[in-house]
Amino acid sequence: MSEHRTAAYVRTEILPEMAPPVSEIGVIRWLRENLFSGPLNTLLTLAGAFVLYLLISESFPWFRNSVWFASSVGECRDIITARWGEGATGACWAIIRDRWNMFMFGFYPRELYWRPTLALGLLLFAAAPVLFSESRRIRMAVLGVMAVFLVLAFPALGVGTPATGLLLLALGAMLVLAWSRPWALLWLTGIYPGLAVWMLWGGSVWGPVLAMAGFVLGWAAFTATRSRGAIISVGAAVALALAWWFFAMGPVMQMLETYLPFAIEAVRSDKFGGFVLALTIGVAGIVLSLPMGVVLALARQSDMLLVKSLAVGFIEFIRGVPLISLLFVASLLLNYFLPPGTNFDIILRVIIMVTLFAAAYIAEVVRGGLAALPRGQYEAADSLGLDYWKAQRLIILPQALKISIPGIVSTFIGMFKDTTLVVFVGLLDPLKGITDSVRASFEWKGAYWEPYIFVGCIFFIFNFAMSRYSMYLERRLKRDHH
Amino acid sequence: MAETQIERQIDRSHMTVTDEVAIQITAMNKWFGTFHVLRDINLTVNRGERIVIAGPSGSGKSTLIRCINRLEEHQSGQIIVDGTELTSDLKNIDKVRSEVGMVFQHFNLFPHLTILENLTLAPIWVRKEPKKEADETAMYYLEKVKIPEQAHKYPGQLSGGQQQRVAIARSLCMKPRIMLFDEPTSALDPEMIKEVLDTMIGLAEDGMTMLVVTHEMGFAQAVANRVIFMDQGQIVEQNEPYAFFNNPQSERTKLFLSQILGH
Repeated sequence: MSEHRTAAYVRTEILPEMAPPVSEIGVIRWLRENLFSGPLNTLLTLAGAFVLYLLISESFPWFRNSVWFASSVGECRDIITARWGEGATGACWAIIRDRWNMFMFGFYPRELYWRPTLALGLLLFAAAPVLFSESRRIRMAVLGVMAVFLVLAFPALGVGTPATGLLLLALGAMLVLAWSRPWALLWLTGIYPGLAVWMLWGGSVWGPVLAMAGFVLGWAAFTATRSRGAIISVGAAVALALAWWFFAMGPVMQMLETYLPFAIEAVRSDKFGGFVLALTIGVAGIVLSLPMGVVLALARQSDMLLVKSLAVGFIEFIRGVPLISLLFVASLLLNYFLPPGTNFDIILRVIIMVTLFAAAYIAEVVRGGLAALPRGQYEAADSLGLDYWKAQRLIILPQALKISIPGIVSTFIGMFKDTTLVVFVGLLDPLKGITDSVRASFEWKGAYWEPYIFVGCIFFIFNFAMSRYSMYLERRLKRDHH
Repeated sequence: MAETQIERQIDRSHMTVTDEVAIQITAMNKWFGTFHVLRDINLTVNRGERIVIAGPSGSGKSTLIRCINRLEEHQSGQIIVDGTELTSDLKNIDKVRSEVGMVFQHFNLFPHLTILENLTLAPIWVRKEPKKEADETAMYYLEKVKIPEQAHKYPGQLSGGQQQRVAIARSLCMKPRIMLFDEPTSALDPEMIKEVLDTMIGLAEDGMTMLVVTHEMGFAQAVANRVIFMDQGQIVEQNEPYAFFNNPQSERTKLFLSQILGH
């Protein structure tokens, strides 16, 4: 029964495109789909709008009645009453104006404010080759804003014109480098840790220089023994660096300080406070915990039983203990174990604990990334003859870390917020330490909301920036379709 | 099942089997846990041979070729590749791997690197070639697999067939003396199988020693000088292709051939 049919109607032209109906485009469609798609959704939309109205109508007057210029809480209240009538409430932002330096620098000496400011500014220049290597536009925008900020901040912090001029020149040179050859800024990345420590704590320049020299020595030992296998060369590097720090560094430093003294004013750790403290601990913790977390994750995946068990034990122990208990260990117990008279800096101790804590979490995040890679990637690397370290560095980690970016950044954000916990070991964190000591003064007794809101906003700015950066990084590293 | 017609004329002038032994496997056994996956394997491959390994799934054919570059470890017997015995000695393993190329069923390209970077990575980091030289070699082999224009794209932007050809070129950049193919066309659409087989035929025409695990019997008939049939971890039968297909000896071979060639 094969009946040959001909089509009854065949269109010979392609129809022109027509505009979609009004209900399918623009604002109306958006409203219909997102807010009023059904009875329940409509109800929720209305309820939500009501809650939003309550929130705004209750808090708006408080923000509208803000007072920026006053010398005490009492004066603030008087101004508000005079302007808005009896019973009106309002924010007293004058406390932030008055104690801005306290929130930022704690008890750091006023005439040295430029040092932490410079350290923060240079941080972005040092990070530029690593963080913003790809897009010149973003790199120049970030560094340009930072340069302008530094140049404006310097005179405001009481630094003289010659020094500011010098800074202007140096920043200009680095901006030119960042424009033309960003990788040349890597020298700054290399010396930055020592430079930042010297800027923040001051003292003899030889301390940071010689401490950094330990890393250089370790690296030299590593390259010299490289042909003898990974374990021997890593062992030689660690041994030489430790020997340098514990035995050779002290005498060499004494000699240099005698014959080539070069020092700036020292600042003790108990003067640190506010955001200088939070950023010092936070940035150090972030920079140190990432490599440590990656090594821990690899160790946990290792075939060597001892390495694996040590890594598992460490990670599970650290994750099972509250950060505060580690901080107490750092501040109290360590003193019992160290020889009497040892002066082991409290901020350094806290940084070590925070780093260990974050590294354990990052190790687990990175392990997730490693586990997400198909086995074929390992096999392809093996079949091409890449050894373990090359395969990890060139094939496995770049992909595993890319997958782990959201988790790693979450850990960083969590850790940065957790730096406020150092208040429990007697350091002046911005949220409670500084806020309490500001309120302890007679003039600002009774100002509760404003300091917390302010500190919260500053934390939000940093954390939101990190979150946006991680999204940018994920977009930039996307490889499947573009 | 898989029967892609090989239409092209094959140039056999360089397809010469020499007396030199490339791979020697003697009394080799392998277990996965308690499962005896390869049983008493004895196989000698001469330089220039093109061997197709066939057999039902689970017969151990993939495991066999993965033992040859030590992606899998054997527990007894001996495997000697180009005069180097595979033991737990890492130096020997690296030496063998640098002489044996491997192509996988799922390509296993490195998705975070461009095609060119995929090709030059091992020559630069393992063979220590200068980048410029490695780039030139890579472009030469990309021309050979007929996709030089894709050099700066990422693997995710290529079709499956193109990716597999890149994978072949990536292995060739290490200048291997032996190539292993582990079901190279099983994950591909029919029209892409042909382009990959064409590339492999070209390789055979150049005289490469090849071990190919595949269900492409057309390829076996056209290119192989020997077909090996495996079942339950053993080599059941081996013969030159014409005799293998037209006069199989064992019952299991007959059954297998009737299943995959039967209509």
